[in-house]
Amino acid sequence: MEPLTVHEGIAALLDRTNVDTDQIIPKQFLKKVSRTGYGIHLFHDWRFLENGSDNPDFELNNPAFKGASILVAGDNFGCGSSREHAPWSILDYGFRVVVSTSFADIFYSNCFKNGILPVVVSAPDLAKLMSEIRENEGVPFKVDLAEQQLTTPAGTVITFVVDDFRRECLLSGLDDIAWTLQHESAIGDFEQKQQDTDPWLWSV
Amino acid sequence: MGKTLYEKIWEKHLVVDKPGAVTVIYVDRHLVHEVTSPQAFEGLRLNGQKVRRPDKTVATMDHSIPTQNRHLPIADPIAAEQVETLKRNCRENDIKLFDLSNPAQGIIHVIAPEQGYIMPGMVVVCGDSHTATHGAFGALAFGIGTSEVEHVFATQTLQQYRSKTMRVHFDGDLPETSTAKDMTLAVIGKIGTAGGNGHVIEYTGDAVKRLSMEGRMTLCNMAIESGARAGMVAPDETTFAYLKGRVNMPTGDQWEQAVASWKRLVSDFDATYDENIVITTKDVVPQVTWGTSPGQVTGIDQNVPSPDDFENAGDKESCRKALSYMGLEGGTPMSEIVIDHVFIGSCTNSRIEDLRAAAQLADGKKVSDSVTAIVVPGSGIIKEQAEKEGLDQIFIKAGFQWREPGCSMCLAMNDDVLRPGDRCASTSNRNFEGRQGKGSRTHLLSPEMATAAAIEGKLVDVRNWL
Repeated sequence: MEPLTVHEGIAALLDRTNVDTDQIIPKQFLKKVSRTGYGIHLFHDWRFLENGSDNPDFELNNPAFKGASILVAGDNFGCGSSREHAPWSILDYGFRVVVSTSFADIFYSNCFKNGILPVVVSAPDLAKLMSEIRENEGVPFKVDLAEQQLTTPAGTVITFVVDDFRRECLLSGLDDIAWTLQHESAIGDFEQKQQDTDPWLWSV
Repeated sequence: MGKTLYEKIWEKHLVVDKPGAVTVIYVDRHLVHEVTSPQAFEGLRLNGQKVRRPDKTVATMDHSIPTQNRHLPIADPIAAEQVETLKRNCRENDIKLFDLSNPAQGIIHVIAPEQGYIMPGMVVVCGDSHTATHGAFGALAFGIGTSEVEHVFATQTLQQYRSKTMRVHFDGDLPETSTAKDMTLAVIGKIGTAGGNGHVIEYTGDAVKRLSMEGRMTLCNMAIESGARAGMVAPDETTFAYLKGRVNMPTGDQWEQAVASWKRLVSDFDATYDENIVITTKDVVPQVTWGTSPGQVTGIDQNVPSPDDFENAGDKESCRKALSYMGLEGGTPMSEIVIDHVFIGSCTNSRIEDLRAAAQLADGKKVSDSVTAIVVPGSGIIKEQAEKEGLDQIFIKAGFQWREPGCSMCLAMNDDVLRPGDRCASTSNRNFEGRQGKGSRTHLLSPEMATAAAIEGKLVDVRNWL
């Protein structure tokens, strides 16, 4: 996983609430057995017209948002299925940071596993960020994970909170399986103990 | 202070619990399907690892498989590769696989309890958000992403954060003409699709206690649609009766020992929850969604809402967008909405009880000429049971198609796909834009309501129709 420390990039605006994982990446693209190459399918049904050309009405097709790496979206982003293809497609498209007032639990967790930072801000702060983008399309935002701060060229400074462990993992690009395997003996001890206390869980 | 059911299971599964770090919990059962697992197996392989506990892992293919012409090879080459990949991965890792040739194959969330792989008090995970289903047994069951699937493969544990708790109490009796599907939709309608974020829900009340295990699975299945990590029901005699004698269940003294332990899996009388929601159960009429999110739901006796009916700007805009996508006008009575497709199936409503309820209403009737209706049993065992009871013949005579088990039109990853503009009365769990096919329109409802809609060619109030 690529670490994320300080990130600066164009902020794109997707002013929609309850953006679900079926919209982020429709199911017809879930049949591949690889982790990569999903960026071209991101928001497919919104992004493309029937003939395959770009839908000019879709927010991210706005030329000002070309090359954007920070996505600013409405409440409850990423609801729906557990498909990790959703963060894979977001990352592969080029986003490293997603900003919203709230995220669905599984999506939020999936982001950290892929080096994407989901930033939770208050509703008034989100409104402020959205209006800054509207007034100045293509504006870059800066996100400092260690300081837990998002700053804009207009001088807005928003402090956000990320759990200490997740922050450290993202800052260092730590492999979570390797971390857990440091505790392998604790896993073995647990299994031994559970076989004594709840033997029916081990009878199958 | 007492503990909730969730807290009891959580505390019993702590492997690493140190301040300043994430908590590591043990996983008792890992369910696997073809769509969210290949990248996890690949990751293992790249690290030179094997699945730590194949004996706690079980797999099937359900999402991308056809529900007809099973004697032919899978026509879609990409889906076929995904299915073959699962077979190879299971073989290489000694994982029990219910493949298409197994008579017990079916939707993972239907076959796992059917085959006795789910017990009260377990931590159950799967790369699938509808894992919440298994909370019906008093297990802590939730969906995970593919990176976490790999983590479970490698370590049989998960890094997790403790959830908040929410009690959803059903006060009073459920009207006879309403179902578990109506109960679960009513909860989502009340708290919204983000109302449960960060929480594990425990459903309580007499109406919940009176539900069969099938009903409880329907109830818990859709906990995720309110944003909740999991939904659960405390185990009781109904649970034990369902489990007793199933394959993979303990027997003899060990069964008695297990039941004695499971009986302690109830929230203490003085336990407190972070949130408390009360549903007046007698007011739960048959529910139908009108929009593009499960929270956009109302009673069949109501009208399609208008943006003006909502107070905040976001909800107004969501309503406007949903009505535009759904091709509906605010103020239209729900019972006047004309449909052209019906889907009875999915991990929410494809169990034998669902099929019996649907068949009872379809018996002697005819599906409307303007409607294509399919029934997709949740598993091979359910299909066989239904055929033994003659339910298949009732459906076929009435004009329903009788299919092979799988996820089918719930997410339309196989060839059971709707066309743009098609309008489907569906017993599944998500009505997102494009869920059943690009441009298609979904109304979520119970099997009874879906059957009545198939026959009338429009949504009907099943209470006046029975």
